Amino acid sequence: MGLETKPLSTLHERSSYDVADFPVPTGREEEWRFTPLRRLRDLHKGAEGLGKALVEVEAAPEVKVERVGRDDPRLGRAYVPGDRVSAQAYAAFTEATVLTVPKEAVASRPTVLRINGEDAGSAAYGHTTVIVEPFAQATVVLAHRGSATYADNVEFVVGDGAKLSVISLQDWEDDSVHLSHQHARLGRDASFTGFVVSLGGDLVRIAPSVAYDAPGGDAELYGVYFVDAGQHLEHRLLVDHAVPHCRSRVDYRGALQGQDAHAVWIGDVIIRAEGEGTDTYELNRNLVLTDGTRVDSVPNLEILTGEVVGAGHASASGRLDDEHLFYLQARGIPRDEARRMVVRGYLGQLVDRIEVDEVREKVRAAIEAELDR
Amino acid sequence: MATLEIRDLRVSVGDGSDGAKEILRGVDLTVRSGETHAIMGPNGSGKSTLAYAIAGHPKYEITAGTVTLDGEDVLAMSVDERARAGLFLAMQYPVEVPGVSVSNFLRSAVTAVRGEAPKLRVFTKEMKAAMDALSIDPDFAQRSLNEGFSGGEKKRHEILQLEMLKPKIAVLDETDSGLDVDALKVVSEGINRFGAAGDTGVLLITHYTRILRYVRPEFVHVFAGGRIVEEGGPELAEVLENEGYEKYVKAGASS
Ligand SMILES: Nc1ncnc2c1ncn2[C@@H]1O[C@H](COP(=O)(O)OP(=O)(O)OP(=O)(O)O)[C@@H](O)[C@H]1O
Ligand SMILES: [Mg+2]
Repeated sequence: MGLETKPLSTLHERSSYDVADFPVPTGREEEWRFTPLRRLRDLHKGAEGLGKALVEVEAAPEVKVERVGRDDPRLGRAYVPGDRVSAQAYAAFTEATVLTVPKEAVASRPTVLRINGEDAGSAAYGHTTVIVEPFAQATVVLAHRGSATYADNVEFVVGDGAKLSVISLQDWEDDSVHLSHQHARLGRDASFTGFVVSLGGDLVRIAPSVAYDAPGGDAELYGVYFVDAGQHLEHRLLVDHAVPHCRSRVDYRGALQGQDAHAVWIGDVIIRAEGEGTDTYELNRNLVLTDGTRVDSVPNLEILTGEVVGAGHASASGRLDDEHLFYLQARGIPRDEARRMVVRGYLGQLVDRIEVDEVREKVRAAIEAELDR
Repeated sequence: MATLEIRDLRVSVGDGSDGAKEILRGVDLTVRSGETHAIMGPNGSGKSTLAYAIAGHPKYEITAGTVTLDGEDVLAMSVDERARAGLFLAMQYPVEVPGVSVSNFLRSAVTAVRGEAPKLRVFTKEMKAAMDALSIDPDFAQRSLNEGFSGGEKKRHEILQLEMLKPKIAVLDETDSGLDVDALKVVSEGINRFGAAGDTGVLLITHYTRILRYVRPEFVHVFAGGRIVEEGGPELAEVLENEGYEKYVKAGASS
């Protein structure tokens, strides 16, 4: 759309803790052009953080939980805000949650952070830092619900040989707005799985990103979303391969139904000159169930080295396949049930990978509820 | 006792710039339970079109004629109603449905066709036995429907469905193609089990006579140019085996 002529790598160059370093977006910027700014409730214009999102943590016994002030030196080390709302959240949060998984500890159960919005009428800001020390392993669930106008940054520091699996569930009420940056920084031979499930909210914009500090890092980013009438669900991914021999996989799948249901998926993958031996693949698929929906799906792959193991991307959006429906119906299955089976199957291939039983069942039930609408 | 009756069926496809193309040009055929019919014909003669039209595929437009099952108007039914009424189509190219497992699919289909959900234990046992009879690896129950199946595996699964759904009339579209001899025998046995089970009729569409050594038809129909151009008994298949379709292709084209 005219603006984006610069290479991908330069688009993500700017980062700062200072809100003033980012002009107020007008909607013409590459990173804002798909987002309806009118519905951001001034999160991009310095909305005062008068609201509150309550954070409750149910941690595995091996995981240390702290609530800390702004001056804690561990905050903001893995991630420097890359856009204005992120910088605003960084400037405005009052208390942060720090989870630490000590060296070589293996968490015996998932650690659940419940972020509960109580009132969408005023803005709330948050910050979470998860530190998984070398050779430790943990699963963390970020469960967002209630009514909120919420912007936050989440940092995942995954140490050498450590494993972190994260599920971020956006199960907001219809009146919520949520903008979040979720950045993972991987040490040598670290692995990270980031699962994003977006179901509720008026406007949700999640930006998961991954950077590697040393070779051998492995990141898998999965996403499932179901967009209803009037909802705007946006996912903006960035995987920055700046060291050799790292791997990334991205698979995001969504379904849309109803007037003005809008899904945005941006998948930016950069393989820098230093990123020799990179192995990456990203995929986004959208299943359009009714008229009146809109999908913007943009995979961007910038390769600055000739030495890759694999680099690919794909994006496909379309309606239910008549041949699928015909086959199921030809075996007596009524059309509506056939439709459900196909949608369930399409999203289920990802949902099945959610390792936390409770979350997986919840997502399954939520998809059924969406299909009942 | 079931009867599928097709009268003067005319079917078109496509409505693009070049207009609809008439593929079936007046088909008459009656299949009763207890009977096995073979339809044989050259590529492109409209055999699959006939099968799809009976099953109700949305791409095919019926422009004239009737299809009834025991007097009921099949053409007025939706695709799933036809299946529940007792029609079955084993497809030439079974469709891959990602994320829908074979067992989930079979259970949904059995539930729909029988009108009540079988008990899970009973169903699992039944499915296992049916898979075993067709030499299908039990692991297939958990795989996505037809996804990554070989041509032969897909065809076995069509017959698995046939045996579990127990329709009144089965249309088998080139179920023999892509099968090696062993698979052909296994699949033929399945068809024969189905045929022997009682009140069932079979309409076997094939290009080759090979399968007719295992599944013996009482009636053979030669299909060319979108209609039946000759009919006879099993001996007609022998003639086709020796002489090919050449003379019918010409006859079909000129009529
Ligand atoms: N969807 C379609 N659009 C356009 N033409 C079609 C369509 N389906 C079938 N046809 C045409 O109709 C004719 C009959 O096709 P059909 O598949 O019924 O033949 P067939 O006898 O089953 O052939 P085969 O032995 O190769 O399976 C062919 O000329 C084919 O190209
Ligand atoms: Mg055919």
